[in-house]
Amino acid sequence: MSDNTITFTIDGKEVQGVPGQKIMEAADAAGVYIPRLCHHKDLPPRGHCRLCVVKVDGRPKSSCTIPIEDGMQVENDTEELNEHRRMVLEMMFVEGNHFCPSCESSGNCELQAEGYRLGMITPTLPYIESHREMDATHPDIFVNRDLCILCGRCVRASAIQDGKTVFAFEGRGIHKVITVNAEHGLGETLMDVADAAASVCPTGCLHTKRLGYTIPVGQRKYDHRPIGSDIEQAAH
Amino acid sequence: MPKETAAVIEQIARQYDHDPTRLMDVARAVHGRLGHLSELSIGLIAQSLGIHRAQVRDMVSFYAFFSRSPQGKNVIRVCTAVVERMQGADELIEAFEKELGVFLGETTEDGKITLEKASCIGLSDQAPSVLVNGIALTSLQPEDVPGIVAAIRAGEEIDTLPQARVRKNLRQSGPILLGPYDSGDALRKAIRKSPAEIIIELYASQVRGCGGAGFPTAAKWEKCRVSEGSAHYVICNADEGEPGTFKDRVILMDNPELMFDGMTIAGYTIGAEEGMIYLRGEYDYLRGDLERALANHRQLGLLGRNICGLEGFNFDIRIQAAAGAYICGEESALIESLEGKRGAPRDRPPFPVEKGYKEQPTLVNNVETFCCAARILENGGEWFSRLGTVESKGTKLLSISGDCQLPGVYEVEYGITVEKLLRQVGAEDAQAVQIGGPSGSCIGPKDFSRRIAFEDLATGGSIIIFGPGRDLLEYMYQFGEFFAEESCGWCVPCRVGTTLLLKEMRAVLDGHATHTELQAMQKLCGTIKTMSQCGLGQTAPNPILSTLKQFPELYEARLQSGDYFPRLDLAKAVRAGCASAGREMVQLEPHASNGNGKPCDPDPTPKSEGVQR
Repeated sequence: MSDNTITFTIDGKEVQGVPGQKIMEAADAAGVYIPRLCHHKDLPPRGHCRLCVVKVDGRPKSSCTIPIEDGMQVENDTEELNEHRRMVLEMMFVEGNHFCPSCESSGNCELQAEGYRLGMITPTLPYIESHREMDATHPDIFVNRDLCILCGRCVRASAIQDGKTVFAFEGRGIHKVITVNAEHGLGETLMDVADAAASVCPTGCLHTKRLGYTIPVGQRKYDHRPIGSDIEQAAH
Repeated sequence: MPKETAAVIEQIARQYDHDPTRLMDVARAVHGRLGHLSELSIGLIAQSLGIHRAQVRDMVSFYAFFSRSPQGKNVIRVCTAVVERMQGADELIEAFEKELGVFLGETTEDGKITLEKASCIGLSDQAPSVLVNGIALTSLQPEDVPGIVAAIRAGEEIDTLPQARVRKNLRQSGPILLGPYDSGDALRKAIRKSPAEIIIELYASQVRGCGGAGFPTAAKWEKCRVSEGSAHYVICNADEGEPGTFKDRVILMDNPELMFDGMTIAGYTIGAEEGMIYLRGEYDYLRGDLERALANHRQLGLLGRNICGLEGFNFDIRIQAAAGAYICGEESALIESLEGKRGAPRDRPPFPVEKGYKEQPTLVNNVETFCCAARILENGGEWFSRLGTVESKGTKLLSISGDCQLPGVYEVEYGITVEKLLRQVGAEDAQAVQIGGPSGSCIGPKDFSRRIAFEDLATGGSIIIFGPGRDLLEYMYQFGEFFAEESCGWCVPCRVGTTLLLKEMRAVLDGHATHTELQAMQKLCGTIKTMSQCGLGQTAPNPILSTLKQFPELYEARLQSGDYFPRLDLAKAVRAGCASAGREMVQLEPHASNGNGKPCDPDPTPKSEGVQR
């Protein structure tokens, strides 16, 4: 083992990482999956969704943003944390209007897949019934804000990968929404269907037009294997 | 019109060197000149600062004091924080609505006056109060309203109105924060020491940050001093936003020089040349006096170049006016706001002492802490450490409001019992005391012998007293409204959880909840606390959790006895359908009662013949 290796534990299992790595990165490399939604491997972490909260030496921290340290003890797959995660996930469902059975993203949707993975059967929380404006002004892409979980992936991808800053947040608290860099709608922006931002959405909010339901049930991304299993299997 | 707007905006942007990090100032100035920030203005601001329209809209939409639709030339903001509502804010709103002929959030037909609400404006000791175009009118009665509205309509200067007086309400001054002070005294003594010696003095004093978290100040200064960067910054957090807090207001009005000197000493210690006071938007009426005090300080050679004749010691302070957002009291959100962005908390690490304002090492302390630092350099760390308790040295400024005879600001030594404090302020019959504002804890008489200190009851300074006969849980609900309103929306548990908590608490208050639902609400509280990113979400459930612990009988009394109680009011739910079908609901038999006068029949089936034509 070189001096440059950091050793810590996740759920009692020893894991090695390199300095500067975040807990989630090191866990991924070690084949330990930590649930997540706002995080994307090609984008800087932001800690919006809080699904990836783990306990570090007993204190809750978001694993996508906290760097690893020698000897730290991380709890991840515990009943307590999974309970909290299920409830946070439920919050995303009741904040919006997620109609999985008929959604074009069903089967490829990370939100839905996390629901399955974390054993969310049905929301137990009351619905907030917010109504947020839909934007269909772009020829190739629509923004269905009712399905937005405000993960900000499109914001980061557009700014960093595409260099365009097409998306931004607007408003605060429960009134926060995704907005576009134009006076009226997405159609006025430089957004292109080939942009990274167009394919980075984990729900059905930002969706390419005329692609709905093209993949048959049974061949969709999460039809047979739960989300995260690629990470868990890659290391074995 | 667009041409004139463009000219105004260009002129304002030039004043700030087209610097996008000064977006807050530009937006404030444009809003001040044009009355609101239209989509056109937003586009033009973006253009002149060389940033995206979406970035401007993002920032502007975040702060309570920016309006994107046309407002009246005059804006009345009625404070609706808990103490204000205890003292009649709702009646005041009604009086304004009646007088103006509009509802809250609307503008009069002639476009002259807009009526808004404000979360907390730092005047709970003289409630209810309002801000009219930023000028505070205090201790109002509904009968004052016609006169105020008439004066506004007549275009009179607001600050000449008889109600336009912010009293200091200083009830007890102490040796540290509110004692007499001669400008520069602490500073002149400080610069005889080396920066390292100053930090040793701070360690000796054992002073802790007075904003609420209580982090050792010496450690913070030391960490910031040794952090590497191209520049270091000093920021004074004058954004006290915790409902029921107004203690910094007294320092800002009475003794800002002590605070300036504290900041300048910090600048000398950590090697900063630039200091900023982040002044909450609600305190805008203090800005003129503060600017004059700063100018005077410069005149005395206590700010600027070669301060106190010390070659190469340069430091100056500017005031950053904010625009109404509680979360900006959190140091990293404050820094974001200072950089011209929405006030969203940053992830830590890195901490601001390593990477803060403009990514450089930044020291953020609150008003009170800088004053303590100045006193420590004036009188010695050892002197300071003799005051207070083992873990809490010095004194604390408390803002006392609510049901008591003598609301106001008190400088007390750490370690004072709640009991003694209540005697002092004339509230011996208190039913409950909220220590540390909504994010703190609510305690009842059995805990009144406890002490105000970090080792027992920690507080940022807000003490709200609830007298006998107050419906305590109703006020806890209002605290919940505050958090939901002020959540920045960055993370899911806080954004959604605070809103859901209101729904659950409402059901309890309305007698529509059972034990099962109370347990579910507690579980929700736990998730919000554990999973939220910053202090706002982590403390938002505290009013409910602490009253559940201290006053379980208050909840018990409102619960339904069975396992299930329908939230759906069937009659209400089908009313529209009945109306469109031209049918009427049959009057139902009165519900059986469970003894506390509330309906308990979960079976909504009509007891008579059903729906009839």
